[in-house]
Amino acid sequence: MKSTPKILAAMLLGATAATGSAFAAGTHPVTGEALAEQQVFTYRVLDEHSSVDPQIVEDVSGSDVVRDLFEGLMNQDAQGRLVPGTATGYTVSDDRLTYTFSLRDNAKWSNGDPVVAGDFVYAWKRAVSPELASPYSWFMELMSIENAARIIAGDVPVDELGVSAPDDMTLVVRLSQPLPYFPQMVTHATTFPVNPAVVEAHGADWTRPENIVSNGAYVLTEHIPNERSVRERNPMYWDAENVILERTVALVINDENTALTRWLAGELDRTEVPAGQFPRLQKEHPGEAISFPRLCNYYYTFNLSESGPEAFRDVRVRKALALAVDRKIITENILAGGQIEAFTFTPAATAEFEVPDVEIASMSQAERDAMAKTLLAEAGYGPDNPLKFEMIYNTSESHKKIAVAMSQMWKQKLGVETTLANMEWKTFLEVRANQGFELARGAWCGDYNEASTFLDLLTSPSGYNDGKYSNAMVDELMTLAKIADDTQAIYTRVEQEIADDVPIIPIYHYAGVYMLGSDVGGWPISNIEQNWYSKDLYKIAE
Amino acid sequence: MTAYIIRRILVAVPTLVVLILLCFFLMQVAPGGPFTSERPLPPQVLANIEARYGLDQPLWKQMWDYLVGIVTRFDFGPSFAYRDRDVNDIIAHGFPITLTYGLISFVVATLAGMGIGVAAAIRHNTWLDYIAVGATFSAQALPNFVMAPILVIVFTWQLGWLPGGGWNGGQWQYLVMPVIALSTSYVASITRIMRSSMLETLNSSFIRTARAKGLPEHKVVWRHAMKPAMLPVVSYLGPTFVAMITGSVVIDVYFSTGGIGRAYVDSALNRDYAVMLGVTILYGGLTVLFNLLVDVAYAWLDPKIRY
Repeated sequence: MKSTPKILAAMLLGATAATGSAFAAGTHPVTGEALAEQQVFTYRVLDEHSSVDPQIVEDVSGSDVVRDLFEGLMNQDAQGRLVPGTATGYTVSDDRLTYTFSLRDNAKWSNGDPVVAGDFVYAWKRAVSPELASPYSWFMELMSIENAARIIAGDVPVDELGVSAPDDMTLVVRLSQPLPYFPQMVTHATTFPVNPAVVEAHGADWTRPENIVSNGAYVLTEHIPNERSVRERNPMYWDAENVILERTVALVINDENTALTRWLAGELDRTEVPAGQFPRLQKEHPGEAISFPRLCNYYYTFNLSESGPEAFRDVRVRKALALAVDRKIITENILAGGQIEAFTFTPAATAEFEVPDVEIASMSQAERDAMAKTLLAEAGYGPDNPLKFEMIYNTSESHKKIAVAMSQMWKQKLGVETTLANMEWKTFLEVRANQGFELARGAWCGDYNEASTFLDLLTSPSGYNDGKYSNAMVDELMTLAKIADDTQAIYTRVEQEIADDVPIIPIYHYAGVYMLGSDVGGWPISNIEQNWYSKDLYKIAE
Repeated sequence: MTAYIIRRILVAVPTLVVLILLCFFLMQVAPGGPFTSERPLPPQVLANIEARYGLDQPLWKQMWDYLVGIVTRFDFGPSFAYRDRDVNDIIAHGFPITLTYGLISFVVATLAGMGIGVAAAIRHNTWLDYIAVGATFSAQALPNFVMAPILVIVFTWQLGWLPGGGWNGGQWQYLVMPVIALSTSYVASITRIMRSSMLETLNSSFIRTARAKGLPEHKVVWRHAMKPAMLPVVSYLGPTFVAMITGSVVIDVYFSTGGIGRAYVDSALNRDYAVMLGVTILYGGLTVLFNLLVDVAYAWLDPKIRY
């Protein structure tokens, strides 16, 4: 009896030795690269994260933390493809309305509790509960989970949500309509499980480092608001033996240029490249300045509602303005970070989306300018009767540069007189959402990797359609796309309609532009959503 | 004097109430709300959130509940932007940080400014005076948002002496650059005020009398000239002290110190009503307090002033 604690201690030590330092100063099991002694990744975030509660988090930097702390049913690999997470896989019923996920039996919470299907049921009900009032509850509605919308509206009790756990290892989800990309959506933070006992015990404070219990590859060990948060390897994680990185540190650095200086000083492994500096940094730090496509677009939207200007109701005016924007100058001279000229709303990098041949894309800029002049003249605008309007954007140096460039292009080529107005972010959103503008900046990042996350925005019922564009054909096609087997043909048609109607002027598609230390291995450059997991990263010995 | 202080404190209460009311209604007038976002929330979700925070109540009720919370529970309300923290947490975290670097900067700026100012006045029209005047003019022309990134480039990147930002519980390495960046322009202002005021005092008749009596120069300066010469400096130090300890958003932004200045600006941009009100009350209270202290100090410095 007496020796039991000693044996236990010895076993624990052995276990720690086996899992703790298996990789330090070793080699990477797949690539064979020599690994650094210190497995710590430090990166810059612009702002303090909103929360690390999976059901509440709404910002990108918070989601990055949550993705390390918690593990959902499925994960993404370096290419953004689905790979098993807490679930080993799933089956779909013939009517495509029921998904059954099988959970792995060795998944554990960081306090040693097993992860069971009931934890997911609890979390998903929590996400839609009016009592929690999650700002991301709409995501569960978007997932078409049975009764989600009615629960959020308060018409039906939370227990009616279409999710159940027949046993600890099985999670059954019922949808209100078939949704081809449903499995993609369970990689989103809102769907991650929480430990019911911990949430109930600590209330809103359960996410503090001293209280939090999580099931991901990392646990939150330190959080100093507006300064930094630290997450460390979770020895209870089911795949802990394959996790190489010991610690990930997020530093809040508001100023982009200071962050770059600190990267140069070696304090950071990753930071964003300020607009226009990419070519220089690429020369000075070859291989460390990287750029890759992102799932986001940048556009200007015409106000087509009653309150919008008369001139914009003429498609020739809208088309002329869209044609005369020389996107190459914006992407190559202003931003200069590998951004892609946009002629469609959906970025080319979107999964299973092929950019359709829209007319404007295949023309030279000289041809576009000539056509723009003709169209605007036909619409009745010229030197005696110049087109005048106001364009608004939210206060930011790069938005300003782009707006100034666009207004100059219009002035020189078409004699159009634009007034520029910048607004503080929330004021801008309020004005845009209430159609208090003529031409407004817009940008959208996909919620999931499928074209409908963009194209739904231009349907009449969409709450994000600030220009109030309405085309019955687009609405009908997008409804059809929800249940169709072959969606590509539908999305091509929709993009064609948009190219003909020009409710928006696509400017460019985003690029992720980073300074990434050459000793960081495993960064998922090909994951267009940039859903990265610390457990897949490693530091290479220099 | 005691009666005067009590009277001032009593006047401060309605001042603060007016401040709270004004701030509360100005926030309501500002376009957008705490939950305005690029992805507008479905109306039902928005309604749920507003009900959770009592934002669906009439304004007077919200105002009343807020004041009752402060008076009965010392509870300044929740943060809408950060759910796991309330206003008390945010102030309790950010204010000590700001207070630390603000206080140190204040002491540095006051000592350096007064020292240089007095030295320049005594050595009027010598090379020391010219350097002091030249340096203070350049320091004032260099705003801290320019100086901060330059400091990081020099001390962190080029020399590698100091960490580029963060707080780390206030270790000295993390304090050096914030203190330099925050105090430099104040050193310049205090130097200029001290110098001109000292020059004026040294030219006054009672100093001539002191010198005529044959007092040594150091006694003339420190015993007789210093006190009256400090009056303009002290009136400048009161508001300066409040400005310094209530933080500088520039310092928090460039050095990631996590102080209250950044939290205040964020709360305005996020329409985080309770945080904004809480910090405003803190700033207002400190301003009232230090204005009072300055007036009391005046009475000590200048025997002609009586309350």
